[in-house]
Amino acid sequence: MSKLQLLPKVGLYFLKNTCFIYQFFRHKKRGLKRGKLFLKPLFIKEHFNTFFDMFALVDCNNFYASCERVFQPQWEGKPVVILSNNDGCVIARSNEAKALGIPMGAPAFQYKQQFKQQGIKVFSSNYPLYGDMSSRVMTILEKYTPNIEVYSIDEAFLQFKGFDLFDLEQEGYRMRKQVRQWTGIPVSVGMAPTKALAKIANKIAKKFAARTRGVYCIDTEEKRIKALKWTEIGDVWGIGRQHRKRLETIGVANALQFTQLPDEWVRKHMSVLGLRLKKDLSGIPSIQLEEITPPKKGIATTRSFEGTLTRYSDLEERISTFATSCAEKMRKQQSSCNALLVFVKSDPHKKGSIPYRNSCVLPLPHATNSSITLSKYAIMGLKKMFREGIHYKKAGVMIMGLVPTEERQLTLFQNNNEKHLAVMQSFDKIHKRFGPHRIKLGNQDLKRTWKMRQEHLSQRFTTELNEVIIVK
Amino acid sequence: MHWAQEGISAGFPSPADDFKELRISIDQEVVRNEEATFYARVAGESMQGAGLDDGDLLVIDRSLEPADNKIAICFIDGEFTVKRLKVTQDEILLIPENLKYQPIKITEENELIIWGVVTYVVKKL
Repeated sequence: MSKLQLLPKVGLYFLKNTCFIYQFFRHKKRGLKRGKLFLKPLFIKEHFNTFFDMFALVDCNNFYASCERVFQPQWEGKPVVILSNNDGCVIARSNEAKALGIPMGAPAFQYKQQFKQQGIKVFSSNYPLYGDMSSRVMTILEKYTPNIEVYSIDEAFLQFKGFDLFDLEQEGYRMRKQVRQWTGIPVSVGMAPTKALAKIANKIAKKFAARTRGVYCIDTEEKRIKALKWTEIGDVWGIGRQHRKRLETIGVANALQFTQLPDEWVRKHMSVLGLRLKKDLSGIPSIQLEEITPPKKGIATTRSFEGTLTRYSDLEERISTFATSCAEKMRKQQSSCNALLVFVKSDPHKKGSIPYRNSCVLPLPHATNSSITLSKYAIMGLKKMFREGIHYKKAGVMIMGLVPTEERQLTLFQNNNEKHLAVMQSFDKIHKRFGPHRIKLGNQDLKRTWKMRQEHLSQRFTTELNEVIIVK
Repeated sequence: MHWAQEGISAGFPSPADDFKELRISIDQEVVRNEEATFYARVAGESMQGAGLDDGDLLVIDRSLEPADNKIAICFIDGEFTVKRLKVTQDEILLIPENLKYQPIKITEENELIIWGVVTYVVKKL
């Protein structure tokens, strides 16, 4: 393969309803130009336009646990859990801890005994470490395509255009290998012509890791059908509990059956978004990069700007809006977060502009979904990172340490969150009635510092010079 | 008051804005691949001969493939260690550069992770 150089020339031909694609190669040494036929049956003809864009969903396996294991490899293969702020409840588990039956959200004090008996390693959440490792992974992924949507702290959608899709599976293995070697973080890669299918492909890659070696590509109609049949309806991206119940009562148990429902039914009961999801699952791309996507475990709002921003005030407005939008998403699914990650990036193509990228993690004093708190902290992060004279192209806010709202820890002296709760409810009501972004937050200073309980905290190996690993 | 929101710009933008230079940083010299660069602190004298003294800061580039004769950070038997790699066809040795220390021979019982290759040493004089 290495001796052959890919030429940006793709040939296509149709045979019955199947499209075949072939690619020209040039032999590097001999300089021979030869067309090499690749008979790779792709999607049926109607979907012809679709397979020139392929999406990959790259997802870090048990991300928080993996971050800890990079610097403490003795916990490789052993059960590991990570606790929320103040060591409240379990927010992340390694596969081994899952297998031992530790549920998500398990209160730490109730499980203390079990952790000890079963030799489960407990970590307090180390958000600065996770945030830094996340930005390393994402930056590596950006080398593979400029079209990337960082979907959450540990997931990103990559879009490959045109002939890039060739040999895409190999590209997946290369990505996986590079991320693992450079950062130590294991990732799974799912590839497909649409985002919803890429999500499913990713699940297959992860679930059958021994067979797929962490990469799975849905690139034929046969694989698509098989994958959809395998996917239970409740596991489909964006199908919540209520839709799931309704679908099950009409006999829809898997994703394939969902795609076979009439469009009118889907639109009537699940709105336009449901319909787009259906199309996406059918292999017709209907959800683009950076488009509102159904959140489940990760929430992030990241955008590329039209043109570039250089003024602080403009950037602050954007960041505040992103934080507010994350908070709204969380309130909708009744969850709260424990920390925020804010990032900014310059335009690499702008002449005379200094390349600049930075990200910063802000642990929150208590789990919250208040727009007010999140916005304040996000802006604090921006203030730390903002530099004059940079043409900013992209920025985003991501939440970390998601917990269900009812299970979040109530901390003494920090009841302001409760007040926010009432404010936020009115906030959401007004938005519902008058449209989004009618109320905005004025920015305030937040100078208080908090001390939280973190009995099992590992070092900040990558962000504090005094806390790097010690070697003998 | 819509017009007021557009913002009024006063004065000329500084012509220097587009040509700002960044001050020299040691990163420019020692960091080749930012995403793969990690740091470690030396404890002990086992690599004194190679110029790695107690308290020195090491720059690690994980993007480099570990190879014979490279100085690498290894994780062995529950501990991080820095040693020179000696890779032959049938064995791997971790060689200290101090006569007081013994080479470590990697056998099947050891679990060895070659964590990263050391590229620079930062030391205080």
